[in-house]
Amino acid sequence: MTNPLAPGTKAPDFSLHSTPDQKVSLSELRGKTVILAFYPADWSPVCGDQLTLYNEVLSDFRQKGAELIGISTDGIWCHLAFGKDRRLHFPILSDFEPKGATARAYGVYREHDGFSERALFVINPEGIVHWSYVSPVGINPGADGILSALETLERTKEKVG
Amino acid sequence: MSRLTIPVSEKDHVQGAKDAPVTLVEYGDYECPYCGQAYPIVKKLQKNLGNKLRFIFRNFPLQEAHPHALLAACAAEAAALQGKFWEMHDLLYENQDALEPEDLLSYARDLKLNLTQFENDISEETVTQRVKADFKSGLHSGVNGTPCFFINGVRHDAPWDYDSLSAALLETIQTLA
Repeated sequence: MTNPLAPGTKAPDFSLHSTPDQKVSLSELRGKTVILAFYPADWSPVCGDQLTLYNEVLSDFRQKGAELIGISTDGIWCHLAFGKDRRLHFPILSDFEPKGATARAYGVYREHDGFSERALFVINPEGIVHWSYVSPVGINPGADGILSALETLERTKEKVG
Repeated sequence: MSRLTIPVSEKDHVQGAKDAPVTLVEYGDYECPYCGQAYPIVKKLQKNLGNKLRFIFRNFPLQEAHPHALLAACAAEAAALQGKFWEMHDLLYENQDALEPEDLLSYARDLKLNLTQFENDISEETVTQRVKADFKSGLHSGVNGTPCFFINGVRHDAPWDYDSLSAALLETIQTLA
């Protein structure tokens, strides 16, 4: 059993390759809402559908001020081919070396399988986990959970502001 | 468990009896090959379940993956304005590899629609908005790809081949009986 970081926890920083010569780190996205979508692997049918779906919802996410990031343990060259094939317009990061370190830090690494859970995190602009969800590996979680989390986050902001 | 957030209403495209014990809602994309595979399966379910089944189709065009999907969905909605939604829906699924604008127009001609009106309606903002509203309702209901089915409002996460869908529908009918 994995144990995903719960709401209210500080989101651990990471710096992972999005291309062979570029890295994306969570800290540089401070001030923005970040959606982290951990998924088991490129090319497997469910992941493909899931990321294809998020690709379609990207403008809705961005309208709500959120940046989407996909993460799996696949190598960067695999990610490049996959992202190109599916025409993904958001970064997919390679949690490759040390393998699964970021997934581990978020409590969603499946030791026996060598890949991560299908796990979603919405991180608020202050870098705190606002919402997290782990879907059964074979089930595509859709976008409804993320959208509701972004809406509650907006409402919290309004209250504070 | 994901559920339909927008209940079936008179705004939907519906086939089958209003008081049918089981309602199957499909969120589909006209260019999606899997939806194409599901099309004859749904037809067979409708044939075999008769008045026990009510079927609703809602639009879920994955535009990044399927460049023809949005316009095809608009074509079906434009046909609906002339009372021929299901006829267009069927023609689109039977001709998934021919969804260019001129193909859509030829289907409208085959259905004897008023072509001037059809051409006008297909690019009408209200028609596009209707398709996009379906897409949005799908997203909020947990549609996670296409086709995505809901049985009496609950997302069907099991396979959607004929035997699996039929068994799930019959089980729902039995639970209610």
